[in-house]
Amino acid sequence: MKKTKAAKGLLALSQQEELVDLPTNYPLSASEDEGDSDGERKHQKLLEAIGSLDGKNRWKLPERSEASLTVSEFNVSSEGSGEKLALSDLLGPVKPSPSLAAVKKQLSRVKSKKTLELPLNKAEVEQIHREVAFSKTSQTLSKWDSVVQKNREAEQLVFPMKKESSSFAPIEHVFSDWKARTPLEQEVFNLLHKNKQPVTDPLLTPVEKASLKAMSLEEAKIRRAELQRARALQSYYEARARRMKKIKSKKYHKIAKKGKAKKAIKDFEQLRKVDPNAALEELEKLEKARMMERMSLKHQNSGKWAKSKAIMAKYDLQARQAMQEQLAKNKELTQKLQVVSESEEEGGADEEEALVPDVVNEVQMNADGPNPWMLRSCNRDAKEVEIQADSEEPPEPVVHEFSENEGNEKPMEEEDVLLREFEERRSIRKQSKLNQNPEPVGGQETKDSTSKEVLSELRALSKKLSKENHLSKKQKESSAKTVLLVQEEEPAPEEEEPLLLQRPQRVQTVEKLEELGKEDSLPNKELPRAAAEGEQMRRSPQYLLKGKKKEQMISLQNLLTSRTPSVTSLAVPTTVEELEDEVEREQKQMIKEAFAGDDVIKEFLKEKREAIQASKPKDVDLTLPGWGEWGGMDLKPSAKKRRRFLIKAPEGPPRKDKNLPNVIISEKRNIHAAAHQVRVLPYPFTHHQQFERTIQNPIGSTWNTQRAFQKLTAPKVVTKAGHIIKPIKAEDVGYRSSSRSDMSVMQNNPKQHSKHQNQLKKSSTD
Amino acid sequence: MKVKMLSRNPDNYVRETKLDIQRVPRNYDPTLHPFEVPREYVRALNATKLERVFAKPFLASLDGHRDGVNCLAKHPKSLSTVLSGACDGEVKIWNLTKRKCVRTIQAHEGFVRGICTRFCGTSFFTVGDDKTVKQWRMDGPGCGEEEEPLHTILGKTVYTGIDHHWKDPAFATCGQQVDIWDEQRTNPICSMNWGFDSISSVKFNPIETYLLGSCASDRNIVLYDMRQATPLKKVILDMRTNTICWNPMEAFHFTAANEDYNLYTFDMRALDMPVMVHMDHVSAVLDVDYSPTGKEFVSASFDKSIRIFPVDKSRSREVYHTKRMQHVICVKWTSDSKYIMCGSDEMNIRLWKANASEKLGVLTSREKAANDYNQKLKEKFQYHPHVKRIARHRHLPKSIYSQIQEQRVMREARRRKEMNRRKHSKPGSVPIVSERKKHVVAVVK
Repeated sequence: MKKTKAAKGLLALSQQEELVDLPTNYPLSASEDEGDSDGERKHQKLLEAIGSLDGKNRWKLPERSEASLTVSEFNVSSEGSGEKLALSDLLGPVKPSPSLAAVKKQLSRVKSKKTLELPLNKAEVEQIHREVAFSKTSQTLSKWDSVVQKNREAEQLVFPMKKESSSFAPIEHVFSDWKARTPLEQEVFNLLHKNKQPVTDPLLTPVEKASLKAMSLEEAKIRRAELQRARALQSYYEARARRMKKIKSKKYHKIAKKGKAKKAIKDFEQLRKVDPNAALEELEKLEKARMMERMSLKHQNSGKWAKSKAIMAKYDLQARQAMQEQLAKNKELTQKLQVVSESEEEGGADEEEALVPDVVNEVQMNADGPNPWMLRSCNRDAKEVEIQADSEEPPEPVVHEFSENEGNEKPMEEEDVLLREFEERRSIRKQSKLNQNPEPVGGQETKDSTSKEVLSELRALSKKLSKENHLSKKQKESSAKTVLLVQEEEPAPEEEEPLLLQRPQRVQTVEKLEELGKEDSLPNKELPRAAAEGEQMRRSPQYLLKGKKKEQMISLQNLLTSRTPSVTSLAVPTTVEELEDEVEREQKQMIKEAFAGDDVIKEFLKEKREAIQASKPKDVDLTLPGWGEWGGMDLKPSAKKRRRFLIKAPEGPPRKDKNLPNVIISEKRNIHAAAHQVRVLPYPFTHHQQFERTIQNPIGSTWNTQRAFQKLTAPKVVTKAGHIIKPIKAEDVGYRSSSRSDMSVMQNNPKQHSKHQNQLKKSSTD
Repeated sequence: MKVKMLSRNPDNYVRETKLDIQRVPRNYDPTLHPFEVPREYVRALNATKLERVFAKPFLASLDGHRDGVNCLAKHPKSLSTVLSGACDGEVKIWNLTKRKCVRTIQAHEGFVRGICTRFCGTSFFTVGDDKTVKQWRMDGPGCGEEEEPLHTILGKTVYTGIDHHWKDPAFATCGQQVDIWDEQRTNPICSMNWGFDSISSVKFNPIETYLLGSCASDRNIVLYDMRQATPLKKVILDMRTNTICWNPMEAFHFTAANEDYNLYTFDMRALDMPVMVHMDHVSAVLDVDYSPTGKEFVSASFDKSIRIFPVDKSRSREVYHTKRMQHVICVKWTSDSKYIMCGSDEMNIRLWKANASEKLGVLTSREKAANDYNQKLKEKFQYHPHVKRIARHRHLPKSIYSQIQEQRVMREARRRKEMNRRKHSKPGSVPIVSERKKHVVAVVK
């Protein structure tokens, strides 16, 4: 700033000097007339001086011909050259030296830069500041828009909005300066102190503290979770065990036993492979068990039960049998197992088949290789079984029972079939949740799934009703499937196989059959049943179902096919008729429209007549036909009676349009009611129906339940007496408010602001 | 054979105590109640009538000042404490429950122009005509001590108003310019100025606490940002605005009490048109204060009445006046939103109920239910002519009544004239200007 001022001052000074010079210059130039070398220049100067006399720039500065006396270091005048002095001119004569190259470069850079623009004046700057600040502020304020909107639309606002949490001060704080004074109090305090019971703030004894320290909260949580889990698992297990125990189904137990035996064998196999020594030990154990059995008199008819049976045996066949059973068992158990050679395997197995119960038998069948371990383990299993099933019937009676049952099975089966049929039907009806069948048998589910399949197919078929071939094919497929599933459920009878041979699924079914055979080994007691059931099986649910399905499909198809022609035959002519009717009507309509304007007067008169008729008060007929006389179809009350019970309506006031032939004045409006009616639709409503609806909904407790009444009459703003309602805060609504106070911001800001302003000022003065 | 018998459970019809109401088994089938609308209508009508019968808003008059009451302040923490400053420089602290003056201070010489409490409620500030700002302790001096201010700041010019920041130890005064003071310092932290006329009032925004609004006698309202130490925008109205009040629930809304009998509610982001013009007063509006719920505000006027306006309605819902109440200079709505206080020329502070017919005291639940039901009924049938007429009916002093008539005539004449002018000039040359736009002269950026 100073610099520029100084420069300006200097400029002014120099100009003044020149001005002073002016008068002295002319005579000087005149005196120097004789100088030849300056002749031309002087002439030009003169011309210029003359030219400037009449021109606007009368005060044009004379050019200096000589070097100025006062040479300023700040200002270099370029007068005389007629041009502005440029930096390059100054640098021109200087000899190019490497030291000056940098300076030159700088100068060129300076030259390329433009001069600063004139700064804005203060008012404009402030306005810009204001505008920026305003836009910023309004932006920050717009975050409140949603809150305001929400609060305005809220059904109910409860003030104060922020609930004051009632703080509970611990008793020590309240009685901080309270001291025990009376002897009783002191005694109590002494006791407390003796037990190291904390009297003041932390309400924990040292022991408690230690315990708290010992286990962190997270650890405790984890441990607790573990414990919980363990407890839950235990409870599940217990529940499961209880459930299992409750199961009475013999079949289930049989299967379970089988499973157990299988598992034991498997385990043993595993053990044998992995650790032969351990397996041997196992065998030892078995052997020991056998010895124990031999030593004990468990199955030797010396027990309590055996004795009682012995008494009974005289009279009771069953008891006798049971005794024999037991003896047999004893024999069986105590018999030493023979180590069978590989070649003798089959024979031995056969032998054993006669001796050991079927469970063991089956296990043996299942075993892939011949092994001496196996046999023993089987025996062990059998033993276990015996121990478990002490009270159960021995195997032979079971077989007997089965055979006995066969007779009963027929009606049972039939019932079953019926039930299943019924179920099928229901499932068809419902078409949902087919898997959730009341029967716990696994096979049922599969059956359901088949029925589902069948159903879906059926649906698909119903869509394409025309293709009969397709239908039959599918049906075949479905039937095949059902059959397959039958096999899965029970060992299939041999008679069925040829039927199935044609089906594509055959291979699969046979495989499965084999598998089943392996598993169950077709025990001999089952075989006769299967044979006997041959016929029944054919009528078994799936078959029936299939038949039914077939029937259904056919019937459905029949229905549709039979119906369609009738429909078409009916529909076609009717539509034609309708079409004709429509054409006629349209024509009539057109004619009507064309000649609509013709008898308007007549119509109007008619209308008026109707209006008059409608507005007339009606007579009231109170006759009760059949009252006091005969009643019947064609009988009418007598004229006298009718006359007597007809209440004639009083003649109303004369109509207002009585004497106005061309006018209809409606007299529907009731002025008495109108005084209570809203004439103009109130503001927020856009249609009168909306408004009417709000009025028609009663809000009183006479017409509403208590709950509805409370809801309907809830006030929009609720305030509590005696509670100070503070202005809403950003934190209340969930907005983050600036943690810094406005003051601190302001104290930081004005400096910036002032600094900025100073800068601006500086730039303006430069 | 099964015999069906009538059986009754006494629980269904026997009351537990004698004071219980009888249980009435009801069938709510609407077809059985054909007259529900007329019955509710009658109930609504009765409720409206009863409301008018019980409308007795005036509670108490606090007298003791020896000159007109110029300013009022609420205590931020205590509902029962009110401070008032009078035209003779006296400040009184009142206990509302006892309706008595607790403390009297001769604070200033000349008017007490403004009074405000600190946000914590421990002290309060006054400004007066004697160019001083004084801070006083809220609880009085011990016995034997003299009443002395905590701090006194001597200013160069007269201060006409004061307001305290809502959470920081800062306050703002107005006079020739708006000054923001730190409580600890004797010089303002910053002073903001825009224009050269005297500023009559300054108010802090209660939500966005760095915002201020002021109104000056050159008819403008200026908004400031304290943090950026700069004014934001200025709106110039037809006539001078006496004071403004920020909505405590809606950060960007404020209402300005104007000399042209109207109040203008602005959205501070769009100052070119007020959100609502509230018109019912028949003389200059001198003060305005929001209900803490932000749904209504009360205005005090030179026409010797105070009116309560819903924020979103242009007409007042209530007018309070008494024979003895003169020009009302200041008004405040208490922090529990139940009462209104107004200080007037004739040296009294009056206490009103905010809801004229509200029953004070504890209500039983049945009373409350009945009250709610009646309110809802009134609301439901408010458009029906009879209900409307009764609900709107107010007795007014003759002066106000006649002025209303007069102004109606004037307005009608003005309207007619404008209509005629429009009719007889080139179409479009006399545009229809909405009432809201009419009163804003300019917005200065």
